Amino acid sequence: MPLHAPLAVEATALTKSYGATTAVDGLDLAVPAGTVYGVLGPNGAGKTTTIRMLATLIRPDSGSARVLGHDVVTEADAVRAEVSLTGQLASVDEELTGRENLVLLGRLLGLSRAGARARADELLEAFGIATAAGRLVKHYSGGMRRRLDIAASIVVTPRLMFLDEPTTGLDPRSRNQVWEIARALVAGGTTILLCTQYLEEADQLADGIAVIDHGRVIAEGTPAQLKASVGTGALHVRLLDPDRRPDAAGVLERALGPVSLQPDPAVLSATCPDPARAAAAVAELARTGIGLAHFSLDQPSLDEVFLALTGRGAEEPPGSAPTFEEQTS
Amino acid sequence: MTTLTTDADTAAVRRAIAGTERPPRPGPLQAALTFGWRGMLKVKHVPEQLLDVTVTPVMFLLMFTYLFGGAIAGSTSAYLDYTLPGLLVMSVLFTTVYSGVALNTDLTKGVVDRFRSLPIWRPAPLLGSLLGDSVRYVVAGTVIIVVGVLLGYRPDAGVSGAVAALALVVVFSFGLSWAFSVLGLLLRSPNAVMNAGFMGIFPLTFLSNVFVDPATLPGPLQAFVDVNPISILATASRSLMAGEPDVPAILVSLAVAAALALVFLPITTRLYRSR
Repeated sequence: MPLHAPLAVEATALTKSYGATTAVDGLDLAVPAGTVYGVLGPNGAGKTTTIRMLATLIRPDSGSARVLGHDVVTEADAVRAEVSLTGQLASVDEELTGRENLVLLGRLLGLSRAGARARADELLEAFGIATAAGRLVKHYSGGMRRRLDIAASIVVTPRLMFLDEPTTGLDPRSRNQVWEIARALVAGGTTILLCTQYLEEADQLADGIAVIDHGRVIAEGTPAQLKASVGTGALHVRLLDPDRRPDAAGVLERALGPVSLQPDPAVLSATCPDPARAAAAVAELARTGIGLAHFSLDQPSLDEVFLALTGRGAEEPPGSAPTFEEQTS
Repeated sequence: MTTLTTDADTAAVRRAIAGTERPPRPGPLQAALTFGWRGMLKVKHVPEQLLDVTVTPVMFLLMFTYLFGGAIAGSTSAYLDYTLPGLLVMSVLFTTVYSGVALNTDLTKGVVDRFRSLPIWRPAPLLGSLLGDSVRYVVAGTVIIVVGVLLGYRPDAGVSGAVAALALVVVFSFGLSWAFSVLGLLLRSPNAVMNAGFMGIFPLTFLSNVFVDPATLPGPLQAFVDVNPISILATASRSLMAGEPDVPAILVSLAVAAALALVFLPITTRLYRSR
């Protein structure tokens, strides 16, 4: 990233504890203005706590953060005037209609009565909720509800938007729509801080990514840089006989390092630093008598990035780094 | 095909994003009134909420008047004259518990986080929802008075006496509701708020002069009943309905309401900010 790019978010050594649990532990973050920045980590990694501090909902125990140039503690009101929250964090009122929700927020943001109504109708139309405008939000489908959430966050277009797990629980079609809306926002000049545990989501939307684990940033960069830091690629192997997968995993682990087992019971993959070692690993599989249906050398996915960085997959609960035996049993 | 109406229209979203200027921040009053409007919308959408708070007092009214009234006061109509202003107090005070419940419900739903992330006067959501709640207080009080009149109750001071009594009780409830807001912010679930709230308000209401003349009570209990603010409020409400205002009782009621607000309002605002 260019040295002089203005930063939308600049956090230094942010820390927040709840009792004995340190949710965020000396976290540093630099988000260039005008980009989508992904904060990627498993459940409980400290993503939501971080956003809540940056959005002035909770005070950090120590460390400092500036959002759009304003200190989150001493200039909290100035921060609030320019940011929006959406996703898991800040929802809409289920006991009001979609239209009432948007008019309510318009009024709270300072629009006139007529202005708030006009803005609500414009957003309802644009987000495809116009036909359900008069229905109570508790009767909305998940996708409609999420779109209303986002519409509620742009009643006045924010300069920075916190999107916390915006597509959790959505079907692929609704998910694509949310992504489209996020892209439209960035095209309009809004900076987005995206928290997600979906690697694909970060890969799809983010210009830069910070991987966090146990409240700390453990890696940072563009999606391409992160992949490159892990190795030149990943070896994907499809076995003829899925029952041989434990043997194959053992061979690959010895040859290349950590192995991730894919949902398809015949497929496994491992990151590898250079193609020569991948070739050697494939040769070793053949020598051991494990039949291959197919193998390929690809850019590693973010899932593999996480595995390489933490020694465990992103989907697993934190605290334990399961050994290969535990994964297969 | 319904795709046109159920999908986001990216081009329109782009236009909607481009077309806004940040308006000036709303003043404290506009923000609070907007939250008051939100409270009214909830009553409009879920009028059943009002049933919760009106059915119980009406039940008490019928039960006490016809079951115990004769035994306590010699005749049901004499008892109705005595107890109706007190039941007005009870029905409205019970409603204040729901202010705490509603606040807690908001907190569990995450909508409060959106409000807290807005650049508005911080106590506005709390003040506004109490403004909306006052509509509920008025409805609860009116229902009791109307049912009383249907049963034969006739306040000596007529409509103006009843309105004055209702107004006093609503003002008192405004002060008391801050105490339940604190409960709403401290406890984990709306149900817990409801239980804790009624655990407080229920015995306090019964250990007052709402249902019986304290002259028949044993000494220590009578002493408690006499200083119970609910007794004083009921006495004040009775005096207004009778057209012979008991000024000290009215002033003490107002002072207690002010004291409750002074103590609990800052606690509420602080808790709301730090949650």
